[in-house]
Amino acid sequence: MKNVWAVAQRELRSYFLSPLAYVVIALFLALSGYLFALILANGRQASLQGLVQNVSVLYLFIVPAISMRLLAEEQRTGTIELLLTNPVQEWEIVTGKFLASVLLVMVMLGLTLLFPLFLYVFGSPDTGPIITGYLGILLQAAAFLSVGLWASSLTQNQIVAAIIAFALLLILWLSDNLGQFLGGTVGSIVSYTSVINHFQSFPQGVIQTNDVIYYVTLIVAGIVLSTLSLQSRRYR
Amino acid sequence: MIRVEHLTKNYGPRVAVADVTFDVDKGEVLGFLGPNGAGKTTTMRILTGYLPPSGGRAEVAGFDVATHSLQARANIGYLPETVPLYPDMSVRSYLDFMGKIKDIKDRRRQVDRAMEKARIAHRAADQIGKLSKGLRQRVGLAQALLGDPPVLILDEPTSGLDPRQIIETRNLIKSLGGEHTVVLSTHILPEVAATCSRIVIISNGRVVAEDTPENLDRRLKGAESIAVTVRGPREQVKTALKGVPRVLSVETEGGADGRPANGLASFTVQSEVGADIRESLAKAIVNGGFGLMELRPAHLSLEEIFLQLTTTDAPADGVAV
Repeated sequence: MKNVWAVAQRELRSYFLSPLAYVVIALFLALSGYLFALILANGRQASLQGLVQNVSVLYLFIVPAISMRLLAEEQRTGTIELLLTNPVQEWEIVTGKFLASVLLVMVMLGLTLLFPLFLYVFGSPDTGPIITGYLGILLQAAAFLSVGLWASSLTQNQIVAAIIAFALLLILWLSDNLGQFLGGTVGSIVSYTSVINHFQSFPQGVIQTNDVIYYVTLIVAGIVLSTLSLQSRRYR
Repeated sequence: MIRVEHLTKNYGPRVAVADVTFDVDKGEVLGFLGPNGAGKTTTMRILTGYLPPSGGRAEVAGFDVATHSLQARANIGYLPETVPLYPDMSVRSYLDFMGKIKDIKDRRRQVDRAMEKARIAHRAADQIGKLSKGLRQRVGLAQALLGDPPVLILDEPTSGLDPRQIIETRNLIKSLGGEHTVVLSTHILPEVAATCSRIVIISNGRVVAEDTPENLDRRLKGAESIAVTVRGPREQVKTALKGVPRVLSVETEGGADGRPANGLASFTVQSEVGADIRESLAKAIVNGGFGLMELRPAHLSLEEIFLQLTTTDAPADGVAV
Protein backbone atom coordinates (compact mmCIF):
# COMPACT_ATOMS: atom_id res chain seq x y z
CA MET A 1 0.00 0.00 0.00
CA LYS A 2 2.94 2.28 0.77
CA ASN A 3 4.17 1.92 -2.83
CA VAL A 4 0.70 2.62 -4.21
CA TRP A 5 0.64 5.90 -2.33
CA ALA A 6 4.20 6.79 -3.36
CA VAL A 7 3.33 6.25 -7.03
CA ALA A 8 0.06 8.17 -6.68
CA GLN A 9 1.75 11.11 -4.99
CA ARG A 10 4.45 11.31 -7.64
CA GLU A 11 1.90 11.10 -10.44
CA LEU A 12 -0.31 13.76 -8.92
CA ARG A 13 2.62 16.11 -8.49
CA SER A 14 3.63 15.44 -12.07
CA TYR A 15 0.10 16.33 -13.24
CA PHE A 16 0.36 19.73 -11.64
CA LEU A 17 3.92 20.31 -12.85
CA SER A 18 2.75 20.02 -16.43
CA PRO A 19 0.24 22.35 -18.07
CA LEU A 20 -2.03 19.39 -18.82
CA ALA A 21 -3.89 19.39 -15.52
CA TYR A 22 -4.60 23.11 -15.70
CA VAL A 23 -5.74 23.00 -19.30
CA VAL A 24 -8.04 20.04 -18.69
CA ILE A 25 -9.50 21.52 -15.51
CA ALA A 26 -10.00 24.94 -17.11
CA LEU A 27 -11.69 23.39 -20.12
CA PHE A 28 -13.93 21.26 -17.96
CA LEU A 29 -14.91 24.17 -15.73
CA ALA A 30 -15.65 26.42 -18.71
CA LEU A 31 -17.79 23.82 -20.47
CA SER A 32 -19.63 22.64 -17.39
CA GLY A 33 -20.19 26.26 -16.31
CA TYR A 34 -21.64 27.00 -19.71
CA LEU A 35 -23.93 23.97 -19.52
CA PHE A 36 -24.95 24.85 -15.96
CA ALA A 37 -25.86 28.40 -16.90
CA LEU A 38 -27.70 27.33 -20.04
CA ILE A 39 -29.72 24.64 -18.31
CA LEU A 40 -30.51 26.92 -15.38
CA ALA A 41 -31.64 29.75 -17.65
CA ASN A 42 -33.90 27.43 -19.61
CA GLY A 43 -35.34 25.30 -16.82
CA ARG A 44 -35.37 27.81 -13.95
CA GLN A 45 -35.08 24.93 -11.47
CA ALA A 46 -32.74 24.95 -8.48
CA SER A 47 -31.28 21.50 -9.30
CA LEU A 48 -28.14 19.99 -10.77
CA GLN A 49 -30.01 17.22 -12.52
CA GLY A 50 -29.57 18.60 -16.02
CA LEU A 51 -25.88 19.28 -15.54
CA VAL A 52 -25.05 15.91 -14.01
CA GLN A 53 -26.71 14.14 -16.91
CA ASN A 54 -24.57 16.07 -19.38
CA VAL A 55 -21.21 15.81 -17.63
CA SER A 56 -20.94 12.32 -19.05
CA VAL A 57 -20.50 13.78 -22.53
CA LEU A 58 -17.70 16.03 -21.32
CA TYR A 59 -15.97 12.99 -19.80
CA LEU A 60 -15.81 11.44 -23.24
CA PHE A 61 -13.21 14.06 -24.14
CA ILE A 62 -11.73 14.98 -20.78
CA VAL A 63 -10.99 11.50 -19.44
CA PRO A 64 -8.75 10.32 -22.32
CA ALA A 65 -6.75 13.52 -21.92
CA ILE A 66 -6.20 12.76 -18.24
CA SER A 67 -5.48 9.05 -18.60
CA MET A 68 -3.43 8.97 -21.81
CA ARG A 69 -0.02 9.55 -20.25
CA LEU A 70 -0.43 7.42 -17.14
CA LEU A 71 1.33 4.26 -18.32
CA ALA A 72 2.20 5.13 -21.92
CA GLU A 73 4.72 7.74 -20.83
CA GLU A 74 6.44 5.42 -18.33
CA GLN A 75 6.77 2.79 -21.02
CA ARG A 76 8.15 5.28 -23.54
CA THR A 77 10.81 6.74 -21.26
CA GLY A 78 11.73 3.41 -19.67
CA THR A 79 10.89 4.50 -16.14
CA ILE A 80 8.60 1.50 -15.94
CA GLU A 81 11.76 -0.64 -16.00
CA LEU A 82 13.11 1.41 -13.13
CA LEU A 83 9.98 0.85 -11.05
CA LEU A 84 9.72 -2.84 -11.85
CA THR A 85 13.36 -3.57 -11.02
CA ASN A 86 12.75 -2.20 -7.56
CA PRO A 87 10.64 -4.01 -4.99
CA VAL A 88 7.39 -2.80 -6.57
CA GLN A 89 4.69 -4.89 -8.16
CA GLU A 90 2.70 -4.19 -11.28
CA TRP A 91 -0.63 -3.84 -9.48
CA GLU A 92 0.85 -1.28 -7.10
CA ILE A 93 1.95 0.93 -9.99
CA VAL A 94 -1.40 0.56 -11.76
CA THR A 95 -3.42 1.26 -8.63
CA GLY A 96 -1.26 4.25 -7.73
CA LYS A 97 -1.74 5.71 -11.19
CA PHE A 98 -5.46 5.13 -11.04
CA LEU A 99 -5.65 6.77 -7.63
CA ALA A 100 -3.74 9.84 -8.85
CA SER A 101 -6.07 10.33 -11.80
CA VAL A 102 -9.14 9.96 -9.56
CA LEU A 103 -7.71 12.51 -7.15
CA LEU A 104 -7.19 14.91 -10.04
CA VAL A 105 -10.82 14.48 -11.06
CA MET A 106 -11.86 15.06 -7.45
CA VAL A 107 -10.03 18.37 -7.49
CA MET A 108 -11.74 19.19 -10.77
CA LEU A 109 -15.20 18.27 -9.47
CA GLY A 110 -14.46 20.03 -6.19
CA LEU A 111 -14.10 23.28 -8.10
CA THR A 112 -17.56 22.82 -9.62
CA LEU A 113 -19.07 22.92 -6.11
CA LEU A 114 -19.42 26.59 -6.91
CA PHE A 115 -22.51 25.71 -8.99
CA PRO A 116 -24.58 24.21 -6.15
CA LEU A 117 -23.35 27.06 -3.98
CA PHE A 118 -25.07 29.45 -6.38
CA LEU A 119 -28.22 27.39 -6.13
CA TYR A 120 -28.16 27.65 -2.33
CA VAL A 121 -27.56 31.39 -2.48
CA PHE A 122 -30.36 32.13 -4.91
CA GLY A 123 -32.77 29.30 -4.25
CA SER A 124 -33.46 26.28 -2.08
CA PRO A 125 -32.35 23.11 -3.87
CA ASP A 126 -32.85 19.56 -2.62
CA THR A 127 -29.59 18.52 -0.94
CA GLY A 128 -30.02 14.74 -1.37
CA PRO A 129 -30.00 14.63 -5.18
CA ILE A 130 -27.01 16.98 -5.29
CA ILE A 131 -24.96 14.66 -3.11
CA THR A 132 -25.97 11.50 -4.98
CA GLY A 133 -25.48 13.35 -8.25
CA TYR A 134 -21.88 14.13 -7.35
CA LEU A 135 -21.35 10.56 -6.18
CA GLY A 136 -22.64 9.40 -9.55
CA ILE A 137 -20.35 11.56 -11.65
CA LEU A 138 -17.36 10.68 -9.46
CA LEU A 139 -18.03 6.96 -9.83
CA GLN A 140 -18.46 7.41 -13.53
CA ALA A 141 -15.21 9.33 -13.82
CA ALA A 142 -13.38 6.60 -11.91
CA ALA A 143 -14.81 3.93 -14.21
CA PHE A 144 -13.87 5.87 -17.33
CA LEU A 145 -10.39 6.59 -15.98
CA SER A 146 -9.88 2.90 -15.35
CA VAL A 147 -10.76 2.18 -18.98
CA GLY A 148 -8.42 4.99 -20.06
CA LEU A 149 -5.66 3.56 -17.86
CA TRP A 150 -5.93 0.25 -19.65
CA ALA A 151 -5.76 2.01 -23.01
CA SER A 152 -2.62 3.76 -21.78
CA SER A 153 -1.03 0.45 -20.77
CA LEU A 154 -1.35 -0.88 -24.32
CA THR A 155 0.96 1.58 -26.05
CA GLN A 156 3.98 3.83 -25.60
CA ASN A 157 2.29 6.62 -27.50
CA GLN A 158 0.08 9.02 -25.57
CA ILE A 159 -1.96 10.05 -28.60
CA VAL A 160 -2.69 6.44 -29.47
CA ALA A 161 -3.65 5.84 -25.83
CA ALA A 162 -6.06 8.77 -25.95
CA ILE A 163 -7.66 7.58 -29.17
CA ILE A 164 -8.10 4.03 -27.87
CA ALA A 165 -9.63 5.39 -24.66
CA PHE A 166 -11.97 7.63 -26.60
CA ALA A 167 -13.06 4.75 -28.83
CA LEU A 168 -13.68 2.46 -25.85
CA LEU A 169 -15.71 5.10 -24.04
CA LEU A 170 -17.69 5.80 -27.18
CA ILE A 171 -18.52 2.11 -27.45
CA LEU A 172 -19.74 2.21 -23.83
CA TRP A 173 -22.01 5.04 -24.89
CA LEU A 174 -23.33 3.56 -28.08
CA SER A 175 -23.81 -0.03 -26.99
CA ASP A 176 -27.31 0.93 -25.84
CA ASN A 177 -28.35 1.56 -29.43
CA LEU A 178 -27.06 -1.86 -30.44
CA GLY A 179 -28.93 -3.42 -27.52
CA GLN A 180 -32.18 -1.81 -28.55
CA PHE A 181 -31.66 -2.96 -32.12
CA LEU A 182 -30.97 -6.55 -31.07
CA GLY A 183 -33.81 -6.71 -28.55
CA GLY A 184 -34.60 -9.70 -26.30
CA THR A 185 -32.24 -11.06 -23.64
CA VAL A 186 -29.10 -10.47 -25.69
CA GLY A 187 -30.25 -6.96 -26.37
CA SER A 188 -30.80 -6.17 -22.72
CA ILE A 189 -27.38 -7.57 -21.80
CA VAL A 190 -25.74 -5.39 -24.44
CA SER A 191 -27.78 -2.42 -23.24
CA TYR A 192 -26.62 -3.04 -19.68
CA THR A 193 -23.01 -2.43 -20.79
CA SER A 194 -23.96 1.06 -21.90
CA VAL A 195 -23.14 3.85 -19.53
CA ILE A 196 -26.29 5.69 -20.68
CA ASN A 197 -28.37 3.33 -18.56
CA HIS A 198 -26.34 3.94 -15.41
CA PHE A 199 -26.23 7.66 -14.73
CA GLN A 200 -29.91 8.57 -14.84
CA SER A 201 -30.97 7.72 -11.31
CA PHE A 202 -28.10 9.31 -9.33
CA PRO A 203 -29.18 12.94 -9.94
CA GLN A 204 -32.72 11.93 -8.92
CA GLY A 205 -31.41 11.03 -5.50
CA VAL A 206 -31.51 7.28 -6.07
CA ILE A 207 -28.46 5.04 -5.71
CA GLN A 208 -29.18 1.81 -7.53
CA THR A 209 -27.08 -1.23 -6.68
CA ASN A 210 -26.92 -2.34 -10.28
CA ASP A 211 -25.46 1.05 -11.30
CA VAL A 212 -22.83 0.88 -8.56
CA ILE A 213 -21.94 -2.68 -9.55
CA TYR A 214 -21.60 -1.54 -13.16
CA TYR A 215 -19.08 1.18 -12.29
CA VAL A 216 -17.13 -0.91 -9.78
CA THR A 217 -16.89 -3.69 -12.36
CA LEU A 218 -15.41 -1.28 -14.90
CA ILE A 219 -12.93 0.04 -12.31
CA VAL A 220 -11.75 -3.42 -11.30
CA ALA A 221 -11.62 -4.63 -14.90
CA GLY A 222 -9.50 -1.66 -15.94
CA ILE A 223 -7.03 -2.17 -13.10
CA VAL A 224 -6.76 -5.92 -13.64
CA LEU A 225 -6.34 -5.59 -17.41
CA SER A 226 -3.69 -2.87 -17.00
CA THR A 227 -1.79 -5.05 -14.55
CA LEU A 228 -1.91 -7.99 -16.96
CA SER A 229 -0.81 -5.72 -19.76
CA LEU A 230 2.27 -4.63 -17.77
CA GLN A 231 3.01 -8.25 -16.91
CA SER A 232 2.73 -9.32 -20.53
CA ARG A 233 6.32 -8.19 -21.19
CA ARG A 234 7.27 -11.42 -19.43
CA TYR A 235 5.70 -13.59 -22.10
CA ARG A 236 6.94 -11.77 -25.15
CA MET B 1 26.80 -12.96 -4.44
CA ILE B 2 25.51 -13.46 -7.96
CA ARG B 3 25.16 -16.90 -9.44
CA VAL B 4 24.04 -17.45 -13.00
CA GLU B 5 23.53 -21.02 -14.19
CA HIS B 6 22.77 -22.03 -17.76
CA LEU B 7 20.73 -18.92 -18.28
CA THR B 8 18.74 -18.86 -21.51
CA LYS B 9 16.35 -16.30 -22.92
CA ASN B 10 14.39 -16.50 -26.14
CA TYR B 11 12.36 -13.74 -27.69
CA GLY B 12 10.08 -15.91 -29.75
CA PRO B 13 12.34 -17.87 -32.08
CA ARG B 14 15.28 -15.51 -31.53
CA VAL B 15 17.79 -16.62 -28.91
CA ALA B 16 19.11 -13.61 -27.02
CA VAL B 17 21.01 -15.42 -24.27
CA ALA B 18 22.13 -19.02 -24.58
CA ASP B 19 23.41 -21.09 -21.69
CA VAL B 20 25.24 -18.32 -19.88
CA THR B 21 26.95 -19.36 -16.65
CA PHE B 22 29.08 -17.23 -14.34
CA ASP B 23 29.56 -16.32 -10.70
CA VAL B 24 30.39 -13.04 -9.07
CA ASP B 25 31.92 -13.07 -5.59
CA LYS B 26 31.21 -10.52 -2.93
CA GLY B 27 33.13 -7.30 -3.48
CA GLU B 28 34.14 -8.17 -7.01
CA VAL B 29 33.78 -5.83 -10.00
CA LEU B 30 32.81 -7.92 -13.00
CA GLY B 31 33.02 -6.53 -16.51
CA PHE B 32 30.39 -7.80 -18.86
CA LEU B 33 31.81 -7.26 -22.27
CA GLY B 34 30.37 -7.78 -25.68
CA PRO B 35 29.40 -6.12 -28.92
CA ASN B 36 26.05 -4.37 -29.16
CA GLY B 37 23.27 -6.91 -29.32
CA ALA B 38 25.27 -9.68 -27.67
CA GLY B 39 22.79 -10.19 -24.85
CA LYS B 40 24.27 -8.00 -22.13
CA THR B 41 21.16 -5.96 -21.44
CA THR B 42 18.92 -9.02 -21.57
CA THR B 43 21.10 -10.78 -19.00
CA MET B 44 20.98 -7.74 -16.75
CA ARG B 45 17.23 -7.45 -17.11
CA ILE B 46 16.90 -11.05 -16.00
CA LEU B 47 19.18 -10.44 -13.01
CA THR B 48 17.10 -7.45 -11.96
CA GLY B 49 13.85 -9.36 -12.29
CA TYR B 50 12.49 -7.30 -15.16
CA LEU B 51 12.36 -10.28 -17.50
CA PRO B 52 11.96 -13.94 -16.56
CA PRO B 53 14.53 -16.41 -17.92
CA SER B 54 13.38 -18.95 -20.50
CA GLY B 55 15.71 -21.51 -18.97
CA GLY B 56 18.35 -21.90 -16.31
CA ARG B 57 18.40 -19.88 -13.14
CA ALA B 58 19.96 -16.82 -11.60
CA GLU B 59 20.47 -15.95 -7.98
CA VAL B 60 21.23 -12.56 -6.45
CA ALA B 61 22.21 -12.28 -2.78
CA GLY B 62 20.87 -15.79 -2.25
CA PHE B 63 17.46 -15.13 -3.77
CA ASP B 64 16.30 -16.73 -6.99
CA VAL B 65 15.36 -13.86 -9.32
CA ALA B 66 12.40 -15.77 -10.74
CA THR B 67 10.81 -17.16 -7.58
CA HIS B 68 11.90 -14.57 -4.99
CA SER B 69 11.98 -11.59 -7.27
CA LEU B 70 11.02 -8.92 -4.73
CA GLN B 71 13.67 -9.98 -2.20
CA ALA B 72 16.32 -10.19 -4.93
CA ARG B 73 15.35 -6.75 -6.25
CA ALA B 74 15.60 -5.28 -2.76
CA ASN B 75 19.32 -6.11 -2.83
CA ILE B 76 20.05 -4.56 -6.22
CA GLY B 77 20.82 -1.05 -7.36
CA TYR B 78 20.28 -0.93 -11.11
CA LEU B 79 21.25 1.64 -13.70
CA PRO B 80 19.55 0.74 -16.99
CA GLU B 81 21.12 1.60 -20.32
CA THR B 82 18.80 4.51 -21.05
CA VAL B 83 18.78 6.26 -17.71
CA PRO B 84 15.17 6.28 -16.59
CA LEU B 85 14.33 9.66 -15.08
CA TYR B 86 11.26 11.78 -14.59
CA PRO B 87 12.31 14.99 -16.35
CA ASP B 88 9.76 17.20 -14.59
CA MET B 89 11.05 16.37 -11.09
CA SER B 90 13.93 17.92 -9.22
CA VAL B 91 16.93 15.74 -8.47
CA ARG B 92 16.08 15.59 -4.79
CA SER B 93 12.39 14.82 -5.18
CA TYR B 94 13.23 12.12 -7.73
CA LEU B 95 15.67 10.45 -5.35
CA ASP B 96 13.23 10.89 -2.50
CA PHE B 97 10.57 9.09 -4.53
CA MET B 98 13.01 6.28 -5.33
CA GLY B 99 13.84 6.09 -1.64
CA LYS B 100 10.18 5.56 -0.83
CA ILE B 101 9.91 2.84 -3.45
CA LYS B 102 13.06 1.17 -2.11
CA ASP B 103 11.65 1.48 1.41
CA ILE B 104 14.73 3.21 2.77
CA LYS B 105 14.82 4.25 6.39
CA ASP B 106 16.32 7.63 7.24
CA ARG B 107 15.56 8.70 3.69
CA ARG B 108 16.77 12.28 3.79
CA ARG B 109 20.26 11.36 4.92
CA GLN B 110 20.54 8.44 2.50
CA VAL B 111 19.49 10.68 -0.39
CA ASP B 112 22.16 13.19 0.64
CA ARG B 113 24.77 10.43 0.79
CA ALA B 114 23.88 9.05 -2.62
CA MET B 115 24.01 12.52 -4.17
CA GLU B 116 27.37 13.08 -2.50
CA LYS B 117 28.79 9.84 -3.89
CA ALA B 118 27.54 10.49 -7.40
CA ARG B 119 28.71 14.13 -7.19
CA ILE B 120 25.33 15.62 -8.00
CA ALA B 121 24.63 17.26 -4.62
CA HIS B 122 25.30 20.74 -6.00
CA ARG B 123 22.35 20.38 -8.39
CA ALA B 124 19.90 18.84 -5.92
CA ALA B 125 17.21 21.47 -6.48
CA ASP B 126 17.46 21.52 -10.28
CA GLN B 127 14.87 20.05 -12.58
CA ILE B 128 16.20 16.83 -14.12
CA GLY B 129 14.98 17.73 -17.62
CA LYS B 130 17.30 20.71 -17.64
CA LEU B 131 20.46 18.80 -16.72
CA SER B 132 23.12 17.81 -19.24
CA LYS B 133 23.55 14.19 -20.30
CA GLY B 134 26.49 13.69 -17.98
CA LEU B 135 24.65 15.07 -14.99
CA ARG B 136 21.60 12.93 -15.74
CA GLN B 137 23.86 9.90 -15.80
CA ARG B 138 25.01 10.88 -12.33
CA VAL B 139 21.44 11.19 -11.12
CA GLY B 140 20.84 7.67 -12.46
CA LEU B 141 23.94 6.49 -10.65
CA ALA B 142 22.82 8.19 -7.43
CA GLN B 143 19.53 6.35 -7.79
CA ALA B 144 21.37 3.02 -8.12
CA LEU B 145 23.56 3.78 -5.10
CA LEU B 146 20.64 4.91 -2.97
CA GLY B 147 20.42 2.93 0.24
CA ASP B 148 23.75 1.15 -0.32
CA PRO B 149 22.46 -2.00 -2.03
CA PRO B 150 24.94 -4.90 -1.78
CA VAL B 151 24.71 -5.56 -5.52
CA LEU B 152 25.08 -2.94 -8.24
CA ILE B 153 24.16 -3.66 -11.83
CA LEU B 154 25.24 -0.93 -14.21
CA ASP B 155 24.34 -1.14 -17.89
CA GLU B 156 26.87 0.92 -19.85
CA PRO B 157 27.42 3.45 -17.07
CA THR B 158 29.77 5.66 -19.08
CA SER B 159 27.91 5.89 -22.37
CA GLY B 160 27.42 9.44 -23.51
CA LEU B 161 29.88 10.96 -21.07
CA ASP B 162 32.82 13.17 -21.96
CA PRO B 163 36.35 11.81 -21.38
CA ARG B 164 36.77 13.49 -18.01
CA GLN B 165 33.43 12.27 -16.74
CA ILE B 166 34.28 8.78 -17.98
CA ILE B 167 37.43 8.76 -15.88
CA GLU B 168 35.55 10.08 -12.85
CA THR B 169 32.85 7.49 -13.23
CA ARG B 170 35.39 4.70 -13.63
CA ASN B 171 37.15 5.78 -10.49
CA LEU B 172 33.85 5.88 -8.67
CA ILE B 173 32.97 2.37 -9.83
CA LYS B 174 36.41 1.11 -8.86
CA SER B 175 35.96 2.56 -5.38
CA LEU B 176 32.62 0.77 -5.06
CA GLY B 177 34.27 -2.63 -5.38
CA GLY B 178 35.02 -4.32 -2.11
CA GLU B 179 32.02 -2.86 -0.38
CA HIS B 180 29.58 -3.61 -3.20
CA THR B 181 29.42 -6.39 -5.73
CA VAL B 182 29.36 -4.73 -9.12
CA VAL B 183 28.43 -6.01 -12.56
CA LEU B 184 28.98 -3.49 -15.29
CA SER B 185 28.39 -3.96 -18.97
CA THR B 186 30.16 -2.16 -21.74
CA HIS B 187 31.34 -2.53 -25.28
CA ILE B 188 34.26 -0.22 -24.62
CA LEU B 189 37.38 -2.20 -23.86
CA PRO B 190 39.64 0.12 -21.90
CA GLU B 191 36.74 0.45 -19.51
CA VAL B 192 36.94 -3.11 -18.26
CA ALA B 193 40.71 -3.07 -18.19
CA ALA B 194 40.53 0.07 -16.04
CA THR B 195 37.80 -0.93 -13.62
CA CYS B 196 37.18 -4.65 -13.47
CA SER B 197 38.82 -7.45 -11.57
CA ARG B 198 37.26 -10.03 -13.86
CA ILE B 199 35.85 -10.06 -17.37
CA VAL B 200 33.13 -12.11 -18.97
CA ILE B 201 33.07 -11.72 -22.72
CA ILE B 202 29.77 -12.50 -24.33
CA SER B 203 29.05 -12.79 -28.01
CA ASN B 204 25.79 -13.74 -29.63
CA GLY B 205 24.31 -14.70 -26.30
CA ARG B 206 27.15 -17.04 -25.36
CA VAL B 207 30.06 -16.64 -22.97
CA VAL B 208 33.21 -16.88 -25.07
CA ALA B 209 35.77 -16.07 -22.38
CA GLU B 210 35.94 -15.48 -18.66
CA ASP B 211 39.11 -14.41 -16.83
CA THR B 212 41.03 -11.54 -15.30
CA PRO B 213 42.16 -8.86 -17.74
CA GLU B 214 45.82 -9.90 -17.26
CA ASN B 215 45.15 -13.59 -17.87
CA LEU B 216 43.09 -12.91 -20.94
CA ASP B 217 45.95 -10.84 -22.20
CA ARG B 218 48.46 -13.60 -21.56
CA ARG B 219 46.28 -16.43 -22.72
CA LEU B 220 45.81 -15.02 -26.15
CA LYS B 221 49.33 -13.91 -26.75
CA GLY B 222 51.53 -16.99 -26.70
CA ALA B 223 54.19 -15.11 -28.67
CA GLU B 224 56.06 -11.82 -28.51
CA SER B 225 55.30 -9.43 -31.28
CA ILE B 226 57.19 -6.41 -32.50
CA ALA B 227 55.92 -3.68 -34.76
CA VAL B 228 58.42 -2.49 -37.38
CA THR B 229 58.16 0.34 -39.90
CA VAL B 230 60.81 0.47 -42.59
CA ARG B 231 61.54 2.61 -45.64
CA GLY B 232 62.16 0.25 -48.51
CA PRO B 233 60.54 -2.18 -50.92
CA ARG B 234 57.93 -4.19 -49.03
CA GLU B 235 58.79 -7.71 -50.27
CA GLN B 236 62.55 -7.36 -49.92
CA VAL B 237 62.23 -6.07 -46.39
CA LYS B 238 59.91 -8.90 -45.53
CA THR B 239 62.41 -11.47 -46.78
CA ALA B 240 65.19 -9.81 -44.81
CA LEU B 241 63.12 -9.83 -41.61
CA LYS B 242 62.20 -13.48 -42.09
CA GLY B 243 65.91 -14.28 -42.22
CA VAL B 244 66.48 -13.10 -38.65
CA PRO B 245 66.90 -16.04 -36.23
CA ARG B 246 64.02 -16.95 -33.84
CA VAL B 247 61.47 -15.10 -35.94
CA LEU B 248 58.27 -17.13 -36.27
CA SER B 249 56.33 -15.04 -38.74
CA VAL B 250 56.26 -11.68 -40.43
CA GLU B 251 52.97 -10.07 -41.32
CA THR B 252 52.55 -7.07 -43.55
CA GLU B 253 50.50 -4.40 -41.88
CA GLY B 254 48.42 -1.72 -43.47
CA GLY B 255 44.80 -1.70 -42.53
CA ALA B 256 42.43 1.17 -42.76
CA ASP B 257 44.15 2.91 -39.89
CA GLY B 258 47.81 3.79 -39.88
CA ARG B 259 48.56 2.92 -43.51
CA PRO B 260 52.14 4.01 -43.93
CA ALA B 261 53.07 6.89 -46.18
CA ASN B 262 54.75 6.37 -49.56
CA GLY B 263 57.87 4.24 -49.49
CA LEU B 264 57.21 2.97 -45.98
CA ALA B 265 56.18 -0.55 -45.04
CA SER B 266 54.92 -1.75 -41.70
CA PHE B 267 55.20 -5.27 -40.34
CA THR B 268 54.32 -7.22 -37.25
CA VAL B 269 57.07 -9.67 -36.41
CA GLN B 270 56.24 -12.61 -34.14
CA SER B 271 59.11 -14.23 -32.32
CA GLU B 272 59.56 -17.08 -29.87
CA VAL B 273 58.44 -16.30 -26.35
CA GLY B 274 61.16 -14.83 -24.19
CA ALA B 275 63.38 -13.84 -27.08
CA ASP B 276 64.26 -10.18 -27.47
CA ILE B 277 65.18 -9.91 -31.11
CA ARG B 278 64.91 -6.15 -31.47
CA GLU B 279 68.65 -5.71 -31.85
CA SER B 280 69.04 -8.37 -34.50
CA LEU B 281 66.03 -7.01 -36.36
CA ALA B 282 67.55 -3.53 -36.43
CA LYS B 283 70.86 -4.96 -37.63
CA ALA B 284 69.18 -6.92 -40.43
CA ILE B 285 67.31 -3.85 -41.62
CA VAL B 286 70.37 -1.59 -41.61
CA ASN B 287 72.54 -4.24 -43.27
CA GLY B 288 69.92 -4.65 -45.99
CA GLY B 289 70.27 -0.94 -46.78
CA PHE B 290 66.71 -0.07 -45.68
CA GLY B 291 65.74 2.85 -43.48
CA LEU B 292 64.53 1.92 -40.01
CA MET B 293 61.73 4.27 -39.07
CA GLU B 294 60.12 2.58 -36.09
CA LEU B 295 60.63 -0.49 -33.95
CA ARG B 296 58.58 -1.20 -30.83
CA PRO B 297 57.14 -4.11 -28.88
CA ALA B 298 53.46 -4.59 -29.80
CA HIS B 299 51.00 -5.84 -27.24
CA LEU B 300 47.93 -7.63 -28.29
CA SER B 301 45.49 -5.26 -26.68
CA LEU B 302 42.23 -6.34 -25.11
CA GLU B 303 40.65 -4.81 -28.15
CA GLU B 304 42.31 -7.35 -30.40
CA ILE B 305 41.44 -10.18 -28.05
CA PHE B 306 37.87 -9.00 -28.06
CA LEU B 307 37.71 -8.85 -31.83
CA GLN B 308 39.40 -12.22 -32.09
CA LEU B 309 36.96 -13.83 -29.67
CA THR B 310 33.83 -12.27 -31.00
CA THR B 311 34.57 -12.75 -34.67
CA THR B 312 36.47 -16.05 -35.01
CA ASP B 313 33.48 -18.38 -34.75
CA ALA B 314 31.56 -16.03 -36.98
CA PRO B 315 27.87 -16.42 -36.21
CA ALA B 316 25.50 -17.28 -39.01
CA ASP B 317 23.33 -14.23 -38.49
CA GLY B 318 26.39 -12.00 -38.19
CA VAL B 319 26.29 -9.49 -35.35
CA ALA B 320 28.14 -6.33 -36.30
CA VAL B 321 31.25 -5.84 -34.21
